[in-house]
Amino acid sequence: MSAHHFRSGTATKVPFGQRIRDWWNGLSRFHQWAIIIPVVVLVYLMPFLNFFPITTEPGTDFELALFNTARIVLIAIGLNVVVGQAGLLDLGYVGFFAIGAYVAALMTSRDSALYAEYPWLLVVVVGIAVTMVSGVIIGTPTLRLRGDYLAIVTLGFGEIVRLLADNIPALRGNVGFRNLERPPGEWSDGTRIFTQGDGIPWYWLTVTAIIAVLILVGNLERSRVGRAWVAIREDEDAAEIMGVPTFRFKVWAFVIGAAIGGLSGVLYAGQLGFVNNARFDVVTSVLFLAAVILGGSGNKVGVILGAIVIAYTPERFQVVSEYRYLIFGLALIVLMIFRPQGLLGARQRLLARGRQAYKRLVGKPEPVSTESPMKDSGKGTGA
Amino acid sequence: MTTTSGSTPEMRHHLDDPGTDQPGGLVGEVARMSAEERAEHEAEVADVVAPDRDIEVEVGETLLEMRDVTLSFGGLVALDSVSFSIRRGEILGLIGPNGAGKTTCFNAMTGVYRPSSGDVLLEGRPLGRLKKSQITRRGIARTFQNIRLFGEMTALENVVVGTDARHRTGVLGALLRLPRHHREEREGVERAMALLEFVGIADRAADKAKNLPYGYQRRLEIARALATEPKLLCLDEPAAGFNPAEKEELMGLIREIRDDGYTVLLIDHDMKLVMGVTDRLVVLEFGKKIADGRPAEVREDPSVIAAYLGVPDDDVA
Ligand SMILES: Nc1ncnc2c1ncn2[C@@H]1O[C@H](COP(=O)(O)OP(=O)(O)O)[C@@H](O)[C@H]1O
Ligand SMILES: [Mg+2]
Repeated sequence: MSAHHFRSGTATKVPFGQRIRDWWNGLSRFHQWAIIIPVVVLVYLMPFLNFFPITTEPGTDFELALFNTARIVLIAIGLNVVVGQAGLLDLGYVGFFAIGAYVAALMTSRDSALYAEYPWLLVVVVGIAVTMVSGVIIGTPTLRLRGDYLAIVTLGFGEIVRLLADNIPALRGNVGFRNLERPPGEWSDGTRIFTQGDGIPWYWLTVTAIIAVLILVGNLERSRVGRAWVAIREDEDAAEIMGVPTFRFKVWAFVIGAAIGGLSGVLYAGQLGFVNNARFDVVTSVLFLAAVILGGSGNKVGVILGAIVIAYTPERFQVVSEYRYLIFGLALIVLMIFRPQGLLGARQRLLARGRQAYKRLVGKPEPVSTESPMKDSGKGTGA
Repeated sequence: MTTTSGSTPEMRHHLDDPGTDQPGGLVGEVARMSAEERAEHEAEVADVVAPDRDIEVEVGETLLEMRDVTLSFGGLVALDSVSFSIRRGEILGLIGPNGAGKTTCFNAMTGVYRPSSGDVLLEGRPLGRLKKSQITRRGIARTFQNIRLFGEMTALENVVVGTDARHRTGVLGALLRLPRHHREEREGVERAMALLEFVGIADRAADKAKNLPYGYQRRLEIARALATEPKLLCLDEPAAGFNPAEKEELMGLIREIRDDGYTVLLIDHDMKLVMGVTDRLVVLEFGKKIADGRPAEVREDPSVIAAYLGVPDDDVA
């Protein structure tokens, strides 16, 4: 049949990225780990690859640049749960990041009335818990809204958090909190491991957090929860009619995204040792969102790549730093025209046991595709 | 596709169709089986499709009742005091010309719209203000007249979403991969695979729903609805756009579904099609019920004949 000819004709033109993914998919678990582990080791060794063309020096301290990149990667992974997976356009994500930072400040700065010698790990736990609760508080009323309305309300949320920091005296506005406590631990010579100047421990800590978050988020993705999110993203009404408690899972997406944003905020505040009302503005939110969309919304590897582009290139290239909004803006426009699925547009897997199932049913591994997981959800409502 | 020529829809429905190679795996195996082996294999499939259903094929007991349901959109009365009931184990046809209110009937049953007055009762209990997802878990599943699959998901994933309606793994259970998560994932995938085979589209299990041919998409909707383990399966014009051979095949499938112990409510405006498969017919016109009875009786009913006179011949036939 002609369709068959057509198919075999195009088979030779499979895009490079697609071939890589097919190859990756075809590997056994064992072989995949045999590649993942060296890559992870390499990621940990990054601070020692401080030479041309990777290094960001003399402009920026390379180790701190790595930490800041890792921090944005963590944020992008969290925001991706909300925007990429569940399809909820959240423009106020910086609010959760800010809340995490402020919890760290309030608990560990001597400028705060709440200061006490809390163990640092407790600060992390409280920071995450508070952002999760705020996720519920802001999610519950707003997640009944859809699309554009949700975007506007979340935009407002981000601004409200910033304005609270401006106007509540206890949050010290522009003066801010100084000398935040850092994680404990000393080198053998008695100096502290975690300082403001040395980026390496912070980078390693953040990379470790990223790995943990990736594993947990991956577990969610390949479960009833991840399927519910994608179903909601694809067609919310149909999802509800198929038995998905959509509202509950939307709130969960919000809360999990918030938790990751909060964690990132705690790390950020700890490294800097200082928190004030700057840097939590809308533009920062949009930058986070750009990282997600640039890399390939919905796809974890993609958003990591996007975050690296957004965070690392300005540190590496002075020009990019100066014109970053112009450059990223243009890049996004070009991307949306030529590659709306983002740099990497692979689909995520949604079955914990998909590998065996597809093998049995169609005799080959699960396909992945470069087509966009982000799409307008306006399919009409008339059921 | 090579193995499914019978249900291959016309080319215009082939959206972007990346296709699969010669079917290997289970599909290929089934294709190579002898008739006997295949029958045995199908029996196995049926077992998984309808697990431990206490089959109450005893037609008679009322499963769902529409009691004086009125539903209006602004000034338009889409359902006007409609009453009928569906009995367990039967295939009930809901027919009527376009715009008669058939889809609206489904929407009232599945909680998409709330009746302005009247009640929908499932097993004697009113659905009241239950949410759509709760109604599904109570046991009503449906397909859509305009297909509404989760386009970016594979066929298999679409069906697993249906099975999730019966799953109870929460966020914590999934996060930590607790035993229930493992058990439900295994069961869900097994059942979804069996359902894809049952509706005859297992060879494209790994394709995104939006890339499936039209006929496959319609069948996938049925599989996804069945996956929720409904007591009542509502099919909204499942044969729309099919040629006569495909329609016939689909009616066979619907009979099989009933024989597996499901109760089926079937919408179509094609009377002839519905006649052949249903036990009973309810006829709507302008939101009112104008007939209710066995197909042979309904066909002779003067008001039904009158209702269908206004529509093109091929719909009456
Ligand atoms: N959401 C809606 N808003 C307004 N009118 C509607 C809506 N849904 C259906 N209707 C109207 O209700 C009537 C019945 O429609 P429907 O139930 O879709 O008919 P059908 O029997 O063809 O499925 C039609 O006149 C239709 O225009
Ligand atoms: Mg209709």
